[in-house]
Order: sequence, then C-alpha cells, then structure tokens
Amino acid sequence: MSDLRRAFADGKAFIPFITCGFPDLETTGKVVRAAAENGADLIELGIPFSDPTAEGPVIQGANIRALAGGITTDKVFEFVMELRRDVKIPLVFMTYANVVFSYGAERFMARCCETGVGGIVIPDLPYEEKDEFSAVAKQYGVDIISLIAPTSANRIAMISKEAEGFIYIVSSLGVTGTRTEIKTDIGDIVRTIRENTSVPCAVGFGISTPEQAAKMASLSDGAIIGSAIIKIIDKYGRDAAPYVAEYVKSIKEAVRNC
Amino acid sequence: MSQSKGRFGIHGGQYIPETLMNAVIELENAYEHYKNDPDFNRELTDLLNNYAGRPSLLYRADKMTADLGGAKIYLKREDLNHTGSHKINNVLGQALLAKKMGKTRLIAETGAGQHGVATATAAALLGMECVVFMGEEDTKRQALNVYRMKLLGADVVPVKSGTATLKDAVSETMREWTSRIDDTHYCLGSVMGPHPFPTIVRDFQAVISRESRAQILEAEGRLPDAVIACVGGGSNAIGSFYHYIPDEGVRLIGCEAAGRGIDTFETAATVNTGRIGIFHGMKSYFCQDEYGQIAPVYSISAGLDYPGVGPEHANLHDTGRAEYVPVTDDEAVNAFEYLSRTEGIIPAIESAHAVAYAMKLAPTMDKDKIIIITISGRGDKDCAAIARYRGENIYE
Repeated sequence: MSDLRRAFADGKAFIPFITCGFPDLETTGKVVRAAAENGADLIELGIPFSDPTAEGPVIQGANIRALAGGITTDKVFEFVMELRRDVKIPLVFMTYANVVFSYGAERFMARCCETGVGGIVIPDLPYEEKDEFSAVAKQYGVDIISLIAPTSANRIAMISKEAEGFIYIVSSLGVTGTRTEIKTDIGDIVRTIRENTSVPCAVGFGISTPEQAAKMASLSDGAIIGSAIIKIIDKYGRDAAPYVAEYVKSIKEAVRNC
Repeated sequence: MSQSKGRFGIHGGQYIPETLMNAVIELENAYEHYKNDPDFNRELTDLLNNYAGRPSLLYRADKMTADLGGAKIYLKREDLNHTGSHKINNVLGQALLAKKMGKTRLIAETGAGQHGVATATAAALLGMECVVFMGEEDTKRQALNVYRMKLLGADVVPVKSGTATLKDAVSETMREWTSRIDDTHYCLGSVMGPHPFPTIVRDFQAVISRESRAQILEAEGRLPDAVIACVGGGSNAIGSFYHYIPDEGVRLIGCEAAGRGIDTFETAATVNTGRIGIFHGMKSYFCQDEYGQIAPVYSISAGLDYPGVGPEHANLHDTGRAEYVPVTDDEAVNAFEYLSRTEGIIPAIESAHAVAYAMKLAPTMDKDKIIIITISGRGDKDCAAIARYRGENIYE
C-alpha cells in the first residue's frame, strides 16, 4: 500500500508532470521543489524514453533533450534520493514499459521503495499486461497506476476493480499535449469508476488553463498537467522555477475547492 | 486477473496505450470471424489471383546454381506481384478486413516505401482514404516511392521525430491511430506490433510458403533443404517459413541487415545484436542500450532498417527452429549486382540480403540439395541508391 491517497486530502488534487533531466537535473530539482512548495499534491516524474509513443511533440522533445544530456534511470533514482531530503509530498514515476523491463522489474520497484516513489504510470502497459509488473510492485509497496481512456467503455469496471493508488483518466483521444477543448464525457466515466472502486481518479491530457483544470477536477478528484509545464520549462530553461511556481499556484487555487 | 494474449513463447503480447485496447480487441474479433468466412476468403483469393497476380513463380535459377556449384537454387518470385513486393499479400487481406469492419480510412507506416505503395494501392482499389507515415530520411532515400503513393491518391506524411526512419514512422502511425480510431484501420506492414497484428500479417503472408511448398513438391517431388529470406520486421520471412515449420528437415534461415557489420554500431541485426525488450506493442528482441533506450540502427536497406523483429521470429530463434544470420551492406550490394547479371533479375536490396547468404551457403552443399530464396521485392526502387553506393550519381 502506497502513500498516494495523501495527495487527495487537501481538496481536489493538482498533479504536475515534470520530465527528469529537462533541460538538466539541477533545473528539474528546482522546478520540483517550486511545484511542491506552491501546492502540488503529487508530482509525476517522467523518466525519459527514446521513443515515447503516447506523447505529443512537447514531451517527446523534452525526452530527447534529456537523453541527449546524458540522463539515465540510475541518475533519476540518485536524483530522487537527493530530492527526498526535503520534498515530502507523494511522488510517482511516468515511464515506458521497456525502461522498467530493461532495468529489471524487481530492481526497479526496490529502488522506488527505497526512494519513496509510491507509484508508476506506464502508458504502454494496459490491464492485460500489468501482471508482469504488478506482483513485484505490490511486494515493494509501489502502485501500478491504471489508465482509463475515452475509448475504454466496457473496460472501465474491470480496470477500476483492480486499480491502486489513483486512476489516471485520459481526457481525450490521441497523445499528450494542450488542447482548446475536451469533448469526452468525463462525468460519465467517473460515475462508472465510482460504482466499482473508492480509489480516487484524476484527469490528464490536454489541460493547460486554470479553467480547464477546475472543470476537470470538479468532475473527478484532481487534474494532471504535463505539456503546459514542459512548455514553461522549455521557454525559461534554467530560470523556469519561479514561473512554474506561479503556474502551479494558480492551478491549485483553481482546483482546490471545486 | 489480467490475461496476456498473442504470445509466441515469452514474446508478443499487447503493450499499447489503453486508448487502443478496444480497437485491437475489435480487430481480433473481426479477424477471428472473417478468417473462416467463405465469402471473405473467396473475395481475398480473387484479389490475390486476379489483381496481385498470384500464385507467384517458383523459378529454378539454373545459371546461379551452375555458377555457385552446389545446391540447386529456386527463387520464390514475390517481386513479380503487383506493386513489386510481397507487401501486397498482407495489405489486400487487411484492407478487405478493414472494409468489412466498416472502416473508411487506412493509415500505414513505411520504410522503403513498398508497404506504403501497397497500402495506397489497396486503398485506391477499394475506395478508401489513405495516409502513409514515412521517416523523412526514407522519403529522401526512396523519393520514387513517395511519388508513387501520391499518384495513387495517398497523403504521405514525412516523420521528423527520432531518427526519421522506419521505427519513427511506426511510432507516428500509432500516435495517429490513438487520435482517430472510429473510421481508421492501422494497416501494419509487418509481423510486429501488438496482438493480433503478428498473427494476422503472418496468416496473410503464409500464402508464400503454402505455394512454394506445393510448387517444390511438384517440381522436385520433395521438400527443400533450406528456405532463406531477409528479415526486418520479418513478414516475408515468416510467410516464407510458416508452412515448413513442422518440417524439421527444412532449415529456415532469416537474413538480418548487419549494415557495416555486427561489431559496429551501424547495424540493424536485431537477433544477432539485440536484447529482449518491450517496444511498439510487443515483447521481442530489440537493439537498445543498457537502460532500454532504443538504439538508432543502420542499414543500406530502408526496409530492414528497424531496431526490432517480430515476436514469432524471436521465438523461432529461442527454440532454435530458425537461424538468423547477419549480412552486411557490402555483401547485399554484391548480391544485388550478382543476381542482376547472372539471372537477369534485379532484386530489392532487402531481398539481396537473402541472396547474399545463399551465395555463401550453396557452394557448401551437395548438388542434390535444394535451396529456396524468397525474392521479396523488385529492385528498381534501389537503383539510384546502389549507384550512389558505387560512387555514381544518377538522377531518377
């Protein structure tokens, strides 16, 4: 059992996503701390992958630049270890199946446990394949976060029943990236989830403005934002932390009481 | 409890985003229904025979046999199919299936452009929309095929991400499919990706060995001693091997693109240099670094320039039923020229990898032995690139 539920204790949750090592780990450290100090309830840390098939151009670019800068899975674990000296909010990883598989699932989960990472989002690990990692993850108290998509339909109940930590609702078809409009009936998906589990659920993909975040959080237990934050880091580079702080504050204010 | 499907030994599976799961389940259900549907099979056979020109010849290569001085060599002539390669076998099957499923739009990845051309062709014939994703690097190497696809009414999208080659084209086609599923079928070109693709593509390509087995029995009264085919993702190879898998006496040899050599980083020989991993929807062998980052691969052949291999091949390697050998750019180019001069057949540079290995193997075998080489495609598309390789600049 992980500590992820803690993230949903202070009103609706705000979950920012940050790619580790973009543009470098020192900046990632500053940005993560800025987010944690300004209202982030949980942070999703991306471990870069060379071929991130679920990502749009913004996060793809961050992955490629981070890898070009020499980031590795081992360096990410060392970084989180250092981060944990003062960052106490729940953390999860976001990465692709091959990064975990290649590291060795057991070794990977053991290090998550050691560094206090309570969960992992693996976009290319659907329900049918999760047993490959979930048994060993459970042993180390790491939740494999289930994703539910606009196309999940008859699969929502099945996925919800075995969900742990929180459920990641994918708001839209396609890949990550900011969108002007989200058309999926999120309320309908959440109703089906609630009938099957008490695990909290947060909505991600396509959210960038406080209004969108508030709307998605009002329909669920929280909002997840990735590309919009990566864009800020891309724009301000090593000086991004105060801008991320300001952005995180505005989103948390928008979602907390909706 | 979840249940993983589509395994070949430990390989295969369905490692894809949740967004696509119902799409592959729908595809699997449709395929399970139509593969036994007499009307569907009649229609497909009619297209294969009267449109694509099947059955393809099994040609006895007497001059090559005499020149190499060993085993008797036959060529399975997939290059004679309409559109010039084996790709049409799979595409006609999938396009017809997609149409039955009510899809109106085909999307596809392509490396050398042969699968893209075949998909654009089927889309034109069946009145479907078509978008082909092709690595920007490959659009330059295979400019003629880009023009052919456009001529056939397809949109060609150059993919700039990553290494701008086949793997990036696959990633981008998957991304496109995630964003538009309702009316769109992903017409995957090789025996790779998530279940059910490796099975569907293999079944549609198995026509190669179904024919060649009957043809060699007719010609020689016995089975061959070796079947040789080139392997990128592995669709022509699995099609060439499939009906011989139970015949233990038939050696099955897949020729991987070694590029500048398997002891260099400029290679695409996945089974010879890769490790087990999870990518593009499947567990299989991949060229990757110690942290699982997919390696940039290299081959002179845009069609074999892929860092993975189909899961059924991975399993045939694990069980020892098939052998996978590396063939370098140099060896392939020599074979390309050799077959052209010796038999008057210009093979695709992909297929030339299989010819190259046969040139090494045949002289070591007795004259009463038989080798079948699959010529997966024709080499017209490669002439400019090979000329450049030889230092001659010609304009297409």
